[in-house]
Amino acid sequence: MFQLIDPEGRPDSTALPDLSTDALRRMYALMLTTRLADDKAFKLQRQGRMGTFAPSLGHEACQVGTALALEKDDWFFPYFRDLGSYITLGYPLENYYVYWMGNEKGSEIPQDLNIFPLSVPVASQIPQAVGAAMAAQRRGHRNAVVCTLGDGATSQGDFHEGLNFAGVFKTPNVFVCYNNQYAISLPREKQTASATLAQKAEAYGFEGIQVDGNDVLAMYVKVGEALKKARAGGGPTLIEAVTYRLSNHTTSDDAGKYRSVDEAREWEGRDPLVRFRAFLSGKHLWDETLDQNVRAEAETLIEEAVKAAEAMAPPPLEEMFIHTYASMPAHLSRQLAEMREIQREKGR
Amino acid sequence: MKLNMVQALNQALLQEMERDPDVLILGEDVGVDGGVFRVTDGLLQKFGAERVIDTPLAESGIVGAAIGMAAYGLRPVAEIQFMGFVYEAYHQIVDHAARLRNRTRGRYTVPMVVRMPYGAGVRALEHHSESTEALFCHIPGLVVVTPSTPRDAKGLLTSAIRADDPVIFLEPKRLYRAGKQEIPEEPEEIPLGKARMAREGEDLTIIAWGAMVPVAQAAAEEAEKAGIFPEILDLRTLSPLDEEAVLESVARTGRALVVHEAPRNCGLGAEISARIMEKSLLHLEAPVLRVTGQDITVPLAQNEDLYYPSPQRVRLAINKIMEW
Repeated sequence: MFQLIDPEGRPDSTALPDLSTDALRRMYALMLTTRLADDKAFKLQRQGRMGTFAPSLGHEACQVGTALALEKDDWFFPYFRDLGSYITLGYPLENYYVYWMGNEKGSEIPQDLNIFPLSVPVASQIPQAVGAAMAAQRRGHRNAVVCTLGDGATSQGDFHEGLNFAGVFKTPNVFVCYNNQYAISLPREKQTASATLAQKAEAYGFEGIQVDGNDVLAMYVKVGEALKKARAGGGPTLIEAVTYRLSNHTTSDDAGKYRSVDEAREWEGRDPLVRFRAFLSGKHLWDETLDQNVRAEAETLIEEAVKAAEAMAPPPLEEMFIHTYASMPAHLSRQLAEMREIQREKGR
Repeated sequence: MKLNMVQALNQALLQEMERDPDVLILGEDVGVDGGVFRVTDGLLQKFGAERVIDTPLAESGIVGAAIGMAAYGLRPVAEIQFMGFVYEAYHQIVDHAARLRNRTRGRYTVPMVVRMPYGAGVRALEHHSESTEALFCHIPGLVVVTPSTPRDAKGLLTSAIRADDPVIFLEPKRLYRAGKQEIPEEPEEIPLGKARMAREGEDLTIIAWGAMVPVAQAAAEEAEKAGIFPEILDLRTLSPLDEEAVLESVARTGRALVVHEAPRNCGLGAEISARIMEKSLLHLEAPVLRVTGQDITVPLAQNEDLYYPSPQRVRLAINKIMEW
């Protein structure tokens, strides 16, 4: 398993990427913002201000590390637990919040971001990411397409079909599997008899590597290398980011039903945020004042996003209908008119 | 130029690929082999393997990849070798193709065509004879199209490729080589969402599509000998339904009969019948009847003729309606 910083924050100095102080601090700031924004979402959910969502607690390193490696023209196909990637790629946080509050406005992707809406049916985004990469090839673009997925996704047919296509057509794809050890309640060893998830790539004829998913630098370096290879026509890569879901699967789940407190506590000791802070401190790039400043900035951003999300009105009636087809067919116009009439009656 | 349906489809694909470099084809055996029914014959030689893509044997992979391509800006035409295999890709069609426009509020769209041969009547093997259009008509966001003539096949496929919505394009394989028709050589767009008057009449309206249109026509010819003049409406687009055309015709004839080869239970005939009942009850002089496939598994070749509607069964239903 590839690792650059050990759990105590000690780096492998021979292999560290050449990153500026600002870049390293930004990495940490993005991880901390993700942690705080996720925690805020959890509180909002518990207060009844947000619906059920899939928390990202513990995934900050693999999400931020992956997303930071992307370039502007690359495309990103996320699965449903990817807050750190959204924040890193510049997706408006209020959109993320409002989506989980139950408003489609949240998945109206800004025109300047090549991000796909998150995929709820597990693994179904994989063949689509491969298709986008085939389209990029066809257009002669020198970009790449990143697709994230969980460990459970590797059991799905779409994982097989998508990676098989990617191998056959040598597509510019990077598949990043956040192996967080559980697919809701099913532990990793019951998901597959394969020794690693990364080794599955071998069967499709391309490289698969295991990376410490709680090591943001390792993730950044390995996803970056895979992207470079993909853009240069070298074909796809599967990266297994070994991590742990410190939270429940969703806010409706209770992980206590299927895993031990001891196990979770052990992984809490490998917290990606704590590790990276220890690394930065060790290099004298971090102190309490910096931490407080970043925290204050993140909290302001989050408060503003919550305010903006809660200020967004539910989509107007017409919005429910107009995006079903390119132009509204007669039967939808009739249903819309009928609902308008009912709303008018109610208003009287 | 006289062409059969396979040749007409081939011509539509060829002309659209010549017109628009973003149009490409992907599917099993579509390249070197030209498709198992030869619908894509010769296209690989003309456009190369980048635009006529022989894929691995994986329907979800084919449709999922086509969705990604379409969202990226291309206009993929995916071929599913037989309708009986489309269920492998059903979740991609339902969970993604049909709703990507809505869930991204128009940022991403899926201008994709999924072509597939459907229906019984060619003595095919198991899983090769079903007609499950209702599974697609039920899904908001999909356009479902079925031609019944070579000219319609070319014109409707041309429109489907140019459409900005995902189109499920069902090809009645029984009619693939059933006869040739004079077809304009230039590309022709036959509008989606509009039914075609296949036969004018005054006594009752027969609503049919695909391979059931010729069956209805044969029955109508018989009926005429007895002085009954049925009108035949070929739906062409099954969803969204051309309700106006149906209601307009029924308002004139006062009687309606739906013919489809799919099973009756929850078939499209039920929807058509309900809409006529809801909106044209006072025009009706008899209940809306249906002649359909039986609510059973489609039999293998030896008994398939007993399964789907025959001109005789349609003729009997016509009598029943007229004698009501």
